[in-house]
Amino acid sequence: MSIEAMPPEDAVRGDVPVLEVEELSVTFARRGEQPTRAVDGVSFSVAAGETVGLVGESGCGKSVTSLAVMGLLPRRGVQVGGSVRLGGTELIGAPDRTLRRLRGSEMAMVFQDPLSSLNPTVSIGTQVTEVLVEHRDMGKKEAVAEAAALLDRVGIPDPTRRLKEYPHQLSGGMRQRALIAMALACSPRLLIADEPTTALDVTIQAQILELLRELVVDSGTALVMITHDLGVVAGLCDRVHVMYAGKIIETADRHDLFARPRQPYTGGLLASVPRLDAGRGVPLTPIRGSARDAIPWAEGCAFAPRCDNAQDDCLTEVAGSTVPLEYDGPGRELRCRHPLTYPAAPAGATASGAGR
Amino acid sequence: MGDVRRQRIDELAARAGRVPEGEGGVSLVRSAFRRLRRNPVAILGAVIVVVFLVVAAFAPWLAPRDPLAQTLLSEVRPGAIPGPQEGFPLGADQLGRDLLSRLVYGSRQSLLIGVVSTVLGAVVGMAVGVLAGAFGGWVDTVVMRFVDILLSIPSLLMAISISVLLGQNQYALMIAIAVTQVPVFARLLRGSMLAQRGSDYVLAARALGVRHGRIVFGHVLPNSLSPVIVQATLSLATAIIEAAALSFLGLGDPDIARPEWGAMLATAQAFLSVRPALAVWPALCIIVVALGFTLLGESLREALDPKFRR
Amino acid sequence: MLRFIVRRLLQLVPILLGLSVLLFAWLRALPGGPAQAALGERATPEAIARYNELFGLDQPIWVQYLRFLGRAVQLDFGTSARTGRAVTTEFLERMPGTVELTVFAMVFAVGVGIPLGYLAARKHGSWLDSTAVVGSLLGVAIPVFFLAYLLRLLFAVELGWLPGSGRQEVRIDATHITNFYVLDGLLTREWDAAWDAFLHLVLPGIALGTIPLAIIVRITRASVLDVVNEDYVRTANAKGLAADTVRRRHVVRNALLPVSTTIGLQTGLLLSGAVLTETVFAFGGVGSAIYDAIFARDFAILQGFILMLAVVYVLVNLLVDISYGLLDPRVRVR
Repeated sequence: MSIEAMPPEDAVRGDVPVLEVEELSVTFARRGEQPTRAVDGVSFSVAAGETVGLVGESGCGKSVTSLAVMGLLPRRGVQVGGSVRLGGTELIGAPDRTLRRLRGSEMAMVFQDPLSSLNPTVSIGTQVTEVLVEHRDMGKKEAVAEAAALLDRVGIPDPTRRLKEYPHQLSGGMRQRALIAMALACSPRLLIADEPTTALDVTIQAQILELLRELVVDSGTALVMITHDLGVVAGLCDRVHVMYAGKIIETADRHDLFARPRQPYTGGLLASVPRLDAGRGVPLTPIRGSARDAIPWAEGCAFAPRCDNAQDDCLTEVAGSTVPLEYDGPGRELRCRHPLTYPAAPAGATASGAGR
Repeated sequence: MGDVRRQRIDELAARAGRVPEGEGGVSLVRSAFRRLRRNPVAILGAVIVVVFLVVAAFAPWLAPRDPLAQTLLSEVRPGAIPGPQEGFPLGADQLGRDLLSRLVYGSRQSLLIGVVSTVLGAVVGMAVGVLAGAFGGWVDTVVMRFVDILLSIPSLLMAISISVLLGQNQYALMIAIAVTQVPVFARLLRGSMLAQRGSDYVLAARALGVRHGRIVFGHVLPNSLSPVIVQATLSLATAIIEAAALSFLGLGDPDIARPEWGAMLATAQAFLSVRPALAVWPALCIIVVALGFTLLGESLREALDPKFRR
Repeated sequence: MLRFIVRRLLQLVPILLGLSVLLFAWLRALPGGPAQAALGERATPEAIARYNELFGLDQPIWVQYLRFLGRAVQLDFGTSARTGRAVTTEFLERMPGTVELTVFAMVFAVGVGIPLGYLAARKHGSWLDSTAVVGSLLGVAIPVFFLAYLLRLLFAVELGWLPGSGRQEVRIDATHITNFYVLDGLLTREWDAAWDAFLHLVLPGIALGTIPLAIIVRITRASVLDVVNEDYVRTANAKGLAADTVRRRHVVRNALLPVSTTIGLQTGLLLSGAVLTETVFAFGGVGSAIYDAIFARDFAILQGFILMLAVVYVLVNLLVDISYGLLDPRVRVR
């Protein structure tokens, strides 16, 4: 690890966030095709020990955001703009060598499908130790011992035997634990988890989430949780950014978001989740249409075609700019011209009540 | 079975063969065709194939001369075969016959051998494959063992054995090539049917009580055909090349009244140092046609393969 | 692993039995039957009758088959009508040449094909990529014997750089122990003999290697393009491994799995299918023997050679299966 990768003193104290993303944009431009902007002016930051959720339907740009942060997007046909700083180091436009040094050691990622994310022809042991050999200058023997300790730490029983096995010999939950072990091998300051539980059984999901929570609390790692599952958000995240069609449309603390969603889209997401306290006769209210019905942000609000609150000014460009992301009370930001409103008395206002 | 249920199953099966997203319920065939039209490689392949088919169909009108008339025989001497000249754009062959006319007429016989042997191989192979795939159980085991035995003989050796057995005529040649293709098609169709049999729409049809025969012939078989179509297109190329190889080995069609590229190429080897063009032209024809079918087949595969469909 | 191999070996038995039935039926179905096949087309009726009695051809068909099978197991396929020598002897004498030729062709195809396919995939969309794709399509479309003739005409006849026929210059007085001429030369330290035998492999080897080369280029390229988009390669990059490590351990290794199968299958095909190339170069391996046998209607040779080559082919495919088991842990366990 070189000097420049080391965090400045004040970063450790939490004054400078571990990850700062500013005006990140990602454009896919294939030859002969209309360029598409998958991520559009996304800004957020994550402090040490904090868990930030990026929430949205598939295709909203949350995964592309995470790949852009890690510098894992293909070079060809992709334009990345804006700024991503890890502990003060700018990552956008950084040379490949710098990125490779940071990845795995300072920032790490856990992916959605643990089976396809592991190399089927290489033993689990090698796949764990290669990180240690690469970033922590360990010898083969030392790395094997450390790898066993890592597997033990993520709750894999009989780690020395598992090290010799191949991915297909492990269960889904085990594989995800192994991937987490690889990600945590060098105690990174930033961990990005991209739908880490989607491919797993419900019972295993809870275990994996609990494991991630423990690890974050123990080590003070900054965690970015990418999910479409509001249950995951409720259980894990401190702050939540809701994304739609490449833009953040609402930002709030977990409690505020669940209690009083402001963006009709967020309200719709919450209302389409079954609730135990909602009473038997109350039907679920799904959001109309699908994410493919979004219109370009330049033509107003991308969500407008599906929105119950939409009015004429949502569908037209007003004053030459798209709907801005604006201050919406302490700790909250909102991109909406006709948000959900709540009576002055905060007591009794629930998401399910307000959303419809 | 009630009409309503039948309709419902047809719907289910139709959906199984459809592009689920992005193309808004366009049928498999139509979406494949649409992709083909956008693919320059496919267009090139199709153009080549169509041009040669047209030449073959209209050979008597396109050929400038009689392919059998030994017009320039008097000018053929040891070590000298007449080259391109007035009225003979590609020159003459070792017997003084117009090379261009022979090439034009040759396309008929070469394409015919390719098409007949491929169709024959595909039809028999598919029958065998359906037999195995539809019945399963011991029929499947016995039939596939037999197919495996056929596959264990390298195709050229098999073609040689059959040619030797059947004697030398154009039908023997076609059959010899067809037989080498039978096991390939049988295996392909059976595998593809087996994959379809496990799919959800077949389970759904079974759950709704549809008769076995109807499931197999109404749903499984039609949905299993796309790899067969791809293979058939590619086989046309190999069949034409293989026919040339058999001609070269002296196992071709001995009838000199039917010019054929393979035979022309094989004979021309003897005059290669005298006039290479005699071999080069038929070889070029074979290469270009084979290339055409290969390009078409490969782009068909891409268009029909769900992996590429996006 | 051992159980896997044993099971695959057992699966061979019905295939080999089936092959023997087919060839038995083939010989029976030939015009004139096995007697004429063995004695040649000009055999007298008396000779045929004597032959039929001698070999029990007047007995029930299943007895005949069992006797045929019994002889086949002892590798006794009769004698060549043309040379009068035992079929098996001819085969063993000629096979080494074909093996040498196949090895050369495959080394050429693999040595050029894998790097070329890999580079084409790395530079996806470049002119190198397009050239490799077009070349590989052409390679499959060219009739092998035509290519062989062209190579011979150009490099042997016109330019005279390389020998264009046979396995070794006749004037070289080489000692032959194994009938692998290159190997013989090395063993006996007759370096010039070895070198000369090697030179004789070059042109036919390249001609023979063209089709496998084309196929290997295409499969390597497609496979690398598939693998670089795999999630586990992204994982490897996310772990910050050096670009070289990612390529070596995570891309190439997985990409070569389908390539290795192709290499095996093509080796099997070349060993048995070198008929065309060997004929053009008068190479004197099993391929040209088959060509000669076709012309001389030497059915004993045809039958014996085809059966033995099919066995070689099946065995090579078995080896491919087993080595695939070694390479891919997913297969090994099952």
